[in-house]
Amino acid sequence: MKVPFKGSIDCDLHPALPSATVLLPYLDEYWRDQFVSRHIDRYSFVLTSYPPNSPLTARPDWRSPGGVPGGDLDMIRREALDRFGSRFAICNPLHGAIALFNEDMAAALCAAVNDWVARELLDREPRLRASILVPAHSAELAVAEIERLAADRRFVQVLLPAMGDMLLGRRLYWPIYAAAERHGLPIGIHAGSTYRHAPTSSGWPSHRVEDYVAQSTAFESQLLSLLCEGVFQKFPKLKVVLIESGFTWLPTLMWRTGKTWRGVRPEVPWIDRPPAEILRDQVRFTLQPVDAPANAPDMLARTFEHIGSDRVLLFSTDYPHWHFDGDDVLPEGLSDDAIRKLMIDNPLETYPRLRDDALAGERATRTEETVR
Amino acid sequence: MNITVRQKAAAQRLTVVDCDIHPAFRSPKDLHPFLSERWREHMTTLGEHLRNGLSGQLPFPRMTASGMRVDAFPEQGPPGSDLGLMRRQHLDANGVEVGMLMPLSRAGMEERNLDYAAALASAVNDWQLETWVKPEPRLRAGIVVPQEDAVFAVQEIERRASNPAYVQILISPRSSDPPGHRRYWPIYEAAQRCGRPIGLHVQGYSGGHASTASGWPTYYMQEHYATSSGMQNTLASLVFEGVFERFPELKVVMIEGGFAWAPALCWRMDKHWQRMRKETPHVKRLPSEYVREHVWFTTQPIEEPDDPGHLADIIGWIGWDRLMFSTDYPHWDFDDPQHVFKFSMTEAQKAMLFRDNAKALYGLQ
Repeated sequence: MKVPFKGSIDCDLHPALPSATVLLPYLDEYWRDQFVSRHIDRYSFVLTSYPPNSPLTARPDWRSPGGVPGGDLDMIRREALDRFGSRFAICNPLHGAIALFNEDMAAALCAAVNDWVARELLDREPRLRASILVPAHSAELAVAEIERLAADRRFVQVLLPAMGDMLLGRRLYWPIYAAAERHGLPIGIHAGSTYRHAPTSSGWPSHRVEDYVAQSTAFESQLLSLLCEGVFQKFPKLKVVLIESGFTWLPTLMWRTGKTWRGVRPEVPWIDRPPAEILRDQVRFTLQPVDAPANAPDMLARTFEHIGSDRVLLFSTDYPHWHFDGDDVLPEGLSDDAIRKLMIDNPLETYPRLRDDALAGERATRTEETVR
Repeated sequence: MNITVRQKAAAQRLTVVDCDIHPAFRSPKDLHPFLSERWREHMTTLGEHLRNGLSGQLPFPRMTASGMRVDAFPEQGPPGSDLGLMRRQHLDANGVEVGMLMPLSRAGMEERNLDYAAALASAVNDWQLETWVKPEPRLRAGIVVPQEDAVFAVQEIERRASNPAYVQILISPRSSDPPGHRRYWPIYEAAQRCGRPIGLHVQGYSGGHASTASGWPTYYMQEHYATSSGMQNTLASLVFEGVFERFPELKVVMIEGGFAWAPALCWRMDKHWQRMRKETPHVKRLPSEYVREHVWFTTQPIEEPDDPGHLADIIGWIGWDRLMFSTDYPHWDFDDPQHVFKFSMTEAQKAMLFRDNAKALYGLQ
């Protein structure tokens, strides 16, 4: 169904990212020289997970002839922000910088992407917000990038890939979580792989569609890791947002971990309450893709009951990725109250920086009305 | 409840087919009679060569008694190695009419030396008959084959196929390449030809790939979960490689991987297959249709929602005719037939789940 009212908060939007040539001015002299002399600037840094011409990567009507989907700010305004009545939309830059093995090069390129996003998107469109792209494989450099940008409150989240070097609960990553918690930034884990490992425990699938389907199992592994390593206890104010993960697999994960935990509690004594409770408190999921059966809203409604919380879903279009047609961004089977929560209340509760902006906006409106 | 009371009670209840029982060796020497001198010596001097940093122990140590029920240790040998205790404690006590053997240890599925793998598989197939099925007719064997050597696997299947004591073919779902890859197709072809289902029981470290797409977990709790994720990937591979299109009579049993994930996985596969359809033209129908037609699931370790009715939803969505009860005896996370289903079922549903689905699939009398 269509969005029934304006003011939604779109928690996953993908602007097209510029070529490395365009990013050159955002690099320092050393890296500019390296990029040019080694021809690194001639490459696109497209992630294997999102081939540009793949049907999943962009909806046919969101591809402009010759243009790149999401490559033009006016297009983003017309097709995403205006069309779905978004008050805010969070840009998640899926840039290949994170797949580089050279940590310093990855960090320099992540910083360039972030600065480009700030200049070319956030400065020009007040509804846009962004996630901070970081080289997760170096916690030290990732933290430095978070600290560099934290004062710019239009950056509302830290972005990590669902399939990476190591499971994200590992202590090596904890400085990233400490920095994120300190600055009121949720950790956003987005579908996609740096392919450091086979996407499945039985190796490398043949087809793209298998890799994509396997993203949900990668997210399962990340949740288990964050949970079992005690990240949610160590960082009680941290929110983790799973982005483009699907969510209909969540009930099974809660049921199975709840049962196993009762059997193996002494191994993870810091988990002091049922895993499902922890997940419902600290983990959020963006809406798209809705992996639900076609024409069976009753089954999806039952799945929402299985999830057992109307606080965990965050509205997203995943623009320009192709998960739905027309304006049909909301699945059938949600109550009006649940729709209001996922479109507005849940994102505001999840992202402290958006909440502050929303409150400031309301104060401004009130002042304006008083003056009038 | 003590064993005698259980036995009396069991005699008055519905009998069950247990689709996952683990027999064990009293000692590795139990295999010696079934190995040639060359492989006996190899076993003694070198032993198994696995893709795993620890030999003879688990890199994720289990939480209780090596992962066994603490009450399942016989006077001598490990749990599952004493037929007398298995009878008293499980087959009689729980009214097991038929039990499916799942020999996991030293069965060759994880062995890197394929010649040794073949010798082990063949020995384990003999051992199942001699040690278990002949003395205890309630038990059924599986033809264990090392999936990485399809040529040997087909020979072994054909050699055993005339014996009805072998009711299925067992390979590791955690293969070197995803199980749908065509290097494994001769095994599926042989299975189809001899009318046996392929049983995919969760396995340790067969192909050496990390348990998750982001590497190895830290805790057993994660590793235990990773089998559930891995089984989803396995099923997706069979579907998207077109295995069910190629072998229309093939039947597959997903063993000990859980099952509550199946509907959501099918929804996800259907949705994204439709979007990416041109990539896999050999897949002609919705992925969920292949699953509905070709795939069975054993129930243990059963997922446990706070509201047991939620699990009944899931079973309804998968199909009551596709789930088969299993206990995993003598492992620690054994599911007890008296307590495992916490929601109400009709008598017909009970009969299907506990007994009749398995009888129909495996062609049991």
